[in-house]
Amino acid sequence: MNTDLYTYCLRIGDNGLILSHRIAEYCSKGPHLEEDLAITNVGLDLLGQAEAFLKYAADIKGGGLTEDDLAFRRKEHEYLCVHLTEIPNIDYAYILARQFLMDVFHFYLYKKLVLTEDPIISGISSKAIKEVTYHLQRSSDWVIRLGQGTDESHLRIQKAFDDLWMYTDELFDSDEIEKNLEKKNLAVTSSSLKKDWDKKIKEIFLSAGLTAPSTPKHSMRYGKYGVHTEYLGFLLAEMQHLNLLYPDAKW
Amino acid sequence: MSNDNQGILWEVFIQPKAGKPHKHVGSLHAYDKEMAMKAARDLYTRRQEGCGIWIIKAEDIISSQSSDAEAFFDPSDDKVYRHPTFYNIPDGVKHI
Repeated sequence: MNTDLYTYCLRIGDNGLILSHRIAEYCSKGPHLEEDLAITNVGLDLLGQAEAFLKYAADIKGGGLTEDDLAFRRKEHEYLCVHLTEIPNIDYAYILARQFLMDVFHFYLYKKLVLTEDPIISGISSKAIKEVTYHLQRSSDWVIRLGQGTDESHLRIQKAFDDLWMYTDELFDSDEIEKNLEKKNLAVTSSSLKKDWDKKIKEIFLSAGLTAPSTPKHSMRYGKYGVHTEYLGFLLAEMQHLNLLYPDAKW
Repeated sequence: MSNDNQGILWEVFIQPKAGKPHKHVGSLHAYDKEMAMKAARDLYTRRQEGCGIWIIKAEDIISSQSSDAEAFFDPSDDKVYRHPTFYNIPDGVKHI
């Protein structure tokens, strides 16, 4: 079994899974009907991407393991999502800021993964890049609208970015696993995405009249290595409870 | 001024396939054209309903009034001769 590839797929899959769960929590609470449906659509796209990566991880591990086992039957420290995906839905500005930061990351990640040599990863990515391109258009649009909207909307989206910024350092943290896979052209290192990410953020912030904060990283140990924020346990308790009540239920 | 701050009302038309006419599918609220287009994409094409979108401000549609219905439409009720049904169609002609 390729342990590196397994871990790498879990990381990408878990980012989508946990972020999509946060978005699902917001379903029916959007600022208006159109936006409620639109953001829920984004969540479903992310869930689909997560399913594909977790399925691949399960196949790599073998032994009859399924994507559902991975999604619902792991312990907290076995999830490898980044901290940013775990942040609760404080308000619409935070939801949007979180989404925008992740959309830019996903966009450059999938753009590069399409070109890698693992047929499954590049296959999932070539489907995902279409979805993520739209997600990024959507969230960029809203960031600019709120940034240039009223004094209140500007203040609140800026505050959301100020508060979430410290979680972005983790996105670009690369370990030996990523480096080994990149050498074999099976994956890309997160650190290699930083330049494009910075450029895009700068561009949209300029249009929105927002300032990029400079808050340094918040933690020495990150979600992608299995160490999580205080929020993830509660999220998992809710996400896993149906599976705990009715194991193997079908519908 | 009402408390409705959802923006402008738009009517959405979807083209099911290339070459087919756009059909009215419903409406949505948005503040401007760009937002209306994204909302239409998310609301009305998420189940592969189409390959093209037209959107128009609801207020720009000129519609007939139901109070005019009698004067507008009833007079055509008894004018069957306006249908070309009194001709003998030659056997060889198809698609009529």
